[in-house]
Amino acid sequence: MSSKALRPPMPLRLTIYGFVSIWLFMAAFPFIWTLWGSFKVELDFFSIADWTNAIFGRNTQDTYGTAFTGAGYHGAWVQEEFWRAVINTAIVCVCVVLTSLTIGTLGGYALSRSGYRYTFWLLILALIFRAMPPVTLVAGYMLPFFEWNVWGILPTTIVVLVAINQPFTLWMLHSFFQNIPKELDESAKVDGCTQFQAFRHVIIPVMWPGVITTGLFSFLLAYNDFVVTSMLLSEQNRTMVPEIAAFLGTTYTEGNVMFAVAAVVSATAPLFVLVLFFQRQIVSGLTAGAVKG
Amino acid sequence: MRHRTFFWFFLPTGLAMLLFIAFPIVSVLVQSVFTTHEAVLVEVENCGPFGCTVETAVDHDATAAKRAAEPLGRFVGLSVYLDRGHLAVTEIAEQWHASSGLGDFISRTQNLPFYRAITFTLTFTFLVTPLLIALGLVVALSVNSLHRRLKGLAIFFSLLPMIVTPLIGSLILFWMVDSRGILGSFIQYMADDPSLSLKASTSLTWIMLIVYGVWHSAPFAFVVFYAGLQTVPSDQIEAARIDGANRLLVVRHVIVPHLMPLVTFVALIQLMDNFRVLEPLVGFNAQAHAQSISLLILNDLSGETQQLSSASATSVLTILGVAILLLPVLVRTWQDFKGKK
Repeated sequence: MSSKALRPPMPLRLTIYGFVSIWLFMAAFPFIWTLWGSFKVELDFFSIADWTNAIFGRNTQDTYGTAFTGAGYHGAWVQEEFWRAVINTAIVCVCVVLTSLTIGTLGGYALSRSGYRYTFWLLILALIFRAMPPVTLVAGYMLPFFEWNVWGILPTTIVVLVAINQPFTLWMLHSFFQNIPKELDESAKVDGCTQFQAFRHVIIPVMWPGVITTGLFSFLLAYNDFVVTSMLLSEQNRTMVPEIAAFLGTTYTEGNVMFAVAAVVSATAPLFVLVLFFQRQIVSGLTAGAVKG
Repeated sequence: MRHRTFFWFFLPTGLAMLLFIAFPIVSVLVQSVFTTHEAVLVEVENCGPFGCTVETAVDHDATAAKRAAEPLGRFVGLSVYLDRGHLAVTEIAEQWHASSGLGDFISRTQNLPFYRAITFTLTFTFLVTPLLIALGLVVALSVNSLHRRLKGLAIFFSLLPMIVTPLIGSLILFWMVDSRGILGSFIQYMADDPSLSLKASTSLTWIMLIVYGVWHSAPFAFVVFYAGLQTVPSDQIEAARIDGANRLLVVRHVIVPHLMPLVTFVALIQLMDNFRVLEPLVGFNAQAHAQSISLLILNDLSGETQQLSSASATSVLTILGVAILLLPVLVRTWQDFKGKK
């Protein structure tokens, strides 16, 4: 606050600090707790006797001699071959982000530069498509994909995720391109460039901030997707999220909950790094759509 | 931009959306009025020492061949929509006559899967959305008055619940509220009831899911409102203060009206997203106590035999639900558009 008169009085400030602390505790504590607990044995992670066991790891100490153990990670990554799912997720995410940005940039650019009435309707259509829950589309994919024998493989899932991603990508890139002055590519066209050359040589060099922000959200959508990946991938091609869901079925019966805990922590780690480095872009991306309204 | 150039620029993304969003919707519509062929029955004569009996048996080869030749099955019209698994028209009519009042009627419908799912989905959507908007607003107002250095840190931690994969986020909370987990133990201690288990009670499960929904989505509202707060003109606030308004009145009459378009935006996005609630139900393993429409579709598809027509019918009903939710927005956009002309 700029003005001194607007500074909150002491009691109010204390209340605010208290409230923010509670909220931050609610937001962060579950992650810290699970990260800490993932290095323990199950009896410590779920401790019936004494909850401080989960902090000091008494049972872990008894079993392994130290208060920390990587047994859960070993079980998940080596024994249950979680690394396969990690590689699959990496392939899916990279392909989805690259493809959806490439075709989304072209489409978003076209939408922002064409003054005709149909761009409005295309954007409205994209908004309606954005509102479709992906799960309702999955039933439509099943039959043709089985018939054409393309069910269960990674490329199919990548193409589907790209398509589901498009409405959102289009909206974001469209509003971003609107902020790039039209005079830039107009003048290039006056100088004799075709529309594509103007795009290639004038727009591409200045579009990266918006494309990176949009790419982050495409990545998140592909990374966090559960419905499409769990329904369209066969068992050996599973990505991380459906793999974790499948763990739940087997581990509860076999008592290997710690494998699932380790897998969950492993899958959360990249997201932490993402927020750490791209916080500004995520915030600006979330608000871009909103402020335009 | 000329039509031709526009066409070529838009072709890849348009084609992707046409093939994988528009066609599947048509495909779902078609599938919902077809169902798999019935088993082919043959009459077999069994002759034993006590004479011959004629039995009807399923001809598995013929059934499989018929089903493989026409995977879509036979046309049944709207009967899939009206059966017990979906709109359950006959059952609903019976219960309407048998029930003594509206409350009784609603509780009677809870043994029909579709009505059970829609009850939870709507309760979830319409409780979580306002709650997360309120929480997001309060967090945004609080964080905004923090010291500049602390703001970045607060935003970093606040983003975490939203960024994390919904299934993973719900699993993390599920393990904590397990009766042997830290929150579960804490709640047992507070309630002074060592046998208390959140998983065993329907109402507690619903509360848990709603708390998860608010926890997961409040950061989104927070970030949007926080950005909106940066654009509130400070001279308006100062003027209101000089005129004698206290902080609460400033929030009520200056800040909230300024943020109103953002509230509408967040409400719209969250209504759409909460309506498709699915992952928390899987993560919390809560299917015994709560069903959502998305989960009905998923269960139909992932069962031993895929019930495509049943899943498709539920999908069409879901799309109708989304359309009803979206209708006010579309009407408004249309009016704006007409106004501009």
